[in-house]
Amino acid sequence: MSVEILNVSKSFGDTHAVQDVSLTIEQGEIFALLGGSGCGKTTLLRMLAGFESPDSGDVRINGESILALPPFHRHVNMMFQSYALFPHMTVEKNIAFGPAQDGLSKQEIAERVDEVLELVQMERYRKRKPAQLSGGQQQRIALARSLAKKPSLLLLDEPMAALDKKLRMRMQLELVSIVEQVGVTCIIVTHDQEEAMTMSNRIAIMDAGRIRQVGTPQEIYEYPNSRMTAEFVGSINLLPATVTACAESTTLQLKDAASTVVCRDTRAREGEAYLVAIRPEKVALSTEDEAAGPNCLRGVIDDIAYLGSHSVVHVRLENGKIMQAHMSNVSRDARTQIDFEQPVTLSWEPESVLLISEDD
Amino acid sequence: MSFLRRRIWVILPPYLWLLIFFALPFAFILKISLAETAVAMPPYGDIWSWTSGKFEWLGSLDNFRFLLDDEIYVLSYLNSLKLAAISTLIALLIGYPMALAIARMPESIRSFMLLLVILPSWTSFLIRIYAWIGLLKNNGLINHLLMSIGVIDEPIVMLHTNFAIYVGIVYGYLPFMILPIYANLVKLDLRLIEAAQDLGARPARVFFSITLPLSLSGIFAGCFLVFIPSVGEFIIPDLLGGPDTLMIGKTLWQEFFTNRDWPVASAIAVVMLAILMVPIYIYRRIELKRLGIEG
Repeated sequence: MSVEILNVSKSFGDTHAVQDVSLTIEQGEIFALLGGSGCGKTTLLRMLAGFESPDSGDVRINGESILALPPFHRHVNMMFQSYALFPHMTVEKNIAFGPAQDGLSKQEIAERVDEVLELVQMERYRKRKPAQLSGGQQQRIALARSLAKKPSLLLLDEPMAALDKKLRMRMQLELVSIVEQVGVTCIIVTHDQEEAMTMSNRIAIMDAGRIRQVGTPQEIYEYPNSRMTAEFVGSINLLPATVTACAESTTLQLKDAASTVVCRDTRAREGEAYLVAIRPEKVALSTEDEAAGPNCLRGVIDDIAYLGSHSVVHVRLENGKIMQAHMSNVSRDARTQIDFEQPVTLSWEPESVLLISEDD
Repeated sequence: MSFLRRRIWVILPPYLWLLIFFALPFAFILKISLAETAVAMPPYGDIWSWTSGKFEWLGSLDNFRFLLDDEIYVLSYLNSLKLAAISTLIALLIGYPMALAIARMPESIRSFMLLLVILPSWTSFLIRIYAWIGLLKNNGLINHLLMSIGVIDEPIVMLHTNFAIYVGIVYGYLPFMILPIYANLVKLDLRLIEAAQDLGARPARVFFSITLPLSLSGIFAGCFLVFIPSVGEFIIPDLLGGPDTLMIGKTLWQEFFTNRDWPVASAIAVVMLAILMVPIYIYRRIELKRLGIEG
């Protein structure tokens, strides 16, 4: 009971929208395709739904190829971006539309409608037309409609794009709990990393038609395999450096800076060039002039973005480069303790450092 | 205050236009329809007099009563409505697929296709209807072609029949059917079509459950734009219809110019307008209801 995407490619003219993509999605998994616009994620989703057909490769659900089936014969249902609810039908009719195509009896259709309306807690709105519902309510109805046929695979196309931020946070969790309750395998297409990380069990990062990395949200964030994924998910400091010594730990000399970096990554060989990658929240900021050593850089504060829970501090290093550090606002006066142009020291643990190949 | 004053300048022109070009002429027609025929210039009497400070009403509804006495008028009305209704239906059956096809074409060639739809209107309507005589007559192009390829031995009589009138109306008014339906269909969100397919609907079901109901307002607009002028159409029945074709536009023309009975002709026009108010009113009601639910 799984979805297999095998070496799928699709071109539109000269544009290679999807190139040699292979993925296996397990039964009941919530899987996110994350990428910027034009990365091919939507094309891949439309191939699963049957609105596009791949130039090569295969798509199998439970071991059987679905490529020969037209969209109306696939056990795949999609919740469209902006929902695509039928404006001339009531909520009830919208939901009943799918089951009615299967030739179910009136009784069975009514039961299905009741079942999914209860699932999304929208029983009271069954006689309304879509235009009489709020954005969040429309989304629930769209979800209910796509679940009414009990699909083997549920596709969500940018599910939160039409909602405002506050509602988005709530609906992300609610949608996940409904999908998990039903137990349907689900693929989410999104450009929003927060959405992907909140909602999915695993994420595939797509760029220029290819899958760049597949992993759990934590794997993707803590161990990005390339500069692209590191920069796409969250923010990260990247410092060019050359390996000077390899032992139990690796030592690197930073380019255009006197400092060295020590890390636990032992793949590196002496003389190789890498990008030293450190997440801003793993960088400690100190106003004291600490002794310089490995994993330590001096600079002055260039900019402070106060975000309430934490501040993002931009520090201008001695070589003119900018490095980001997050400062937790544990005390109320945390913000007032630092100021622009103040000299600071940045430091981090060897465990926090990741080495990324430069040629990427 | 200044805002209200400025708003008046926006509202005023269309009302002024309607007053000068619709209300005033209609008032004249209404006045003539209440008068009596006279051998004079203009050929009708007054409907009131004002002699030595005394007002006297001279108008009457005799002309309207006369329309009911002679069955030719009632038959003309009914026949016009029938011919217009059937022509509208045929225009819809031809126009809808054309509008749908154009709406689904790539954007780059849509405007060219629309141009082709409108292109015939660059020639005079009268001349284009005239051209159909050459096509439809017994030794015309169509009969000639059919006989030369041996489908028929005798020419089919098409000119001066109701068939020719249908051809003329459908041909002449087809753009008015295509354009509003196209304008509606081109706006239709294609994701709704995909959503219906995704939910298991085959193409025919998608059409009847989604595309057709969502284009109803375009269909109504197109049908009324074809139906209303067809009812009062004069050129087509005059050129393509037979001597016994009864259409109200033709009857009206004969009253005005052959009988020179302006009051009766005006009464015919007033009744025609009253009849056409019914579909216009129905259309308004449907539109308001639709807007009320969706807005």
